[in-house]
Amino acid sequence: MGKIVAGIGSSHVPSIGRAYDQQKQTDPAWQPLFDGYEPVKRWLAEEVKADVVILVYNDHGTEFFLDCYPTFALGVADSYAVADEGYGKRPLPDFPGDAAFSEHLANHLVADEFDLTLCQEMALDHGFLTAMPLLWEHDDTAWPVKVVPLLVNVIQHPLPTGQRCYKLGEAIRRAVEAYPEDTRVAVVGTGGLSHQLNGERFGHINEEWDKQWLQRIQDEPRELAALSHKEVMTAAGAEGGEVIMWFVMRGAMTERVEEVHRFYYAPMTTGIGLLALNNSD
Amino acid sequence: MSDTQERWGIPGTYVFDLALSRQGYAINKMCNSLKFDENREAFKADEEAYMERYGLSEEQKQAIRERDWLRLTQLGGNLFFFLKLGATLGYGLYTIGAQMRGESYEQFMSTRNVPGAT
Repeated sequence: MGKIVAGIGSSHVPSIGRAYDQQKQTDPAWQPLFDGYEPVKRWLAEEVKADVVILVYNDHGTEFFLDCYPTFALGVADSYAVADEGYGKRPLPDFPGDAAFSEHLANHLVADEFDLTLCQEMALDHGFLTAMPLLWEHDDTAWPVKVVPLLVNVIQHPLPTGQRCYKLGEAIRRAVEAYPEDTRVAVVGTGGLSHQLNGERFGHINEEWDKQWLQRIQDEPRELAALSHKEVMTAAGAEGGEVIMWFVMRGAMTERVEEVHRFYYAPMTTGIGLLALNNSD
Repeated sequence: MSDTQERWGIPGTYVFDLALSRQGYAINKMCNSLKFDENREAFKADEEAYMERYGLSEEQKQAIRERDWLRLTQLGGNLFFFLKLGATLGYGLYTIGAQMRGESYEQFMSTRNVPGAT
């Protein structure tokens, strides 16, 4: 049967992708970041050995437009293209999907009262792409894991609540455990931590809040998920409100979790957080 | 204070809610079209005609003529979409952000922990 074998929270920032593609791994401004991800990449390759990753992300005006905006959208395809965000397509291989697993998730989650938009084509932008090459080694043509993209609307309010995202994570756990194949599943929640990209408060970050977040999401995720969007955005910036996507990951994990690795770095306009969790129950 | 600031009460912040999104729909629809090279060329060739085609209000057009990113935000432009306009016109994220803060690019960069990480 299916099993959730890792939970990861990771920020997504376009400049990380550019630095990766320009091979700035030893540039003094970027080295702390790449070094910070390295232990998790090793853990995933050597111990976790996931077959498939459910990666929770948002699109940034790349694939989805406001004419028809889904609250939650699940990829159900055999493969997913790397999107061109307007600066040329990143030199990453397209992603293999797991359509049978996606179909199981879709059936199970909708029966469990999560009415998802289902996507048979989904080009993936930096919301999805940023974390992948930092967490999984790839070559020019292939990735070592299959993927299931899960999009959350964090762009246009009303957004789903943090609690709804947490419950979606719990439903994903039930769905995974009901999957008849022996499949090892990692869940990655992306976004945040604090940042703001609009208005006079552009560039707002809150390092103290971010560091507390990395602890509290482990110990008291339900209290954290009960915060209003206004409370989160006031502390962590308007775009920091996207941290709700981490709750999908956290809800999919057991009540108690064990921290495998944590990293934080706030060089420019985003508090970049990484958290790797193991189930302990 | 704009309407969205009254609704949300977070200073210096324009929460992109449905009301603001509806207000700025023409801006964002136009900016979204600039993901295609031929549209970027058409925009650069005749900005006025391009804006007219998407039905922008006079106020919205003026914000674009003036490259006034804060005003564009207040009128419902969403950064994720108008970054495509910025890319068309040669304005990057940090240039846009510095202007919204009322700072020069250099002033803004001096407020960052590691300005080399761009």
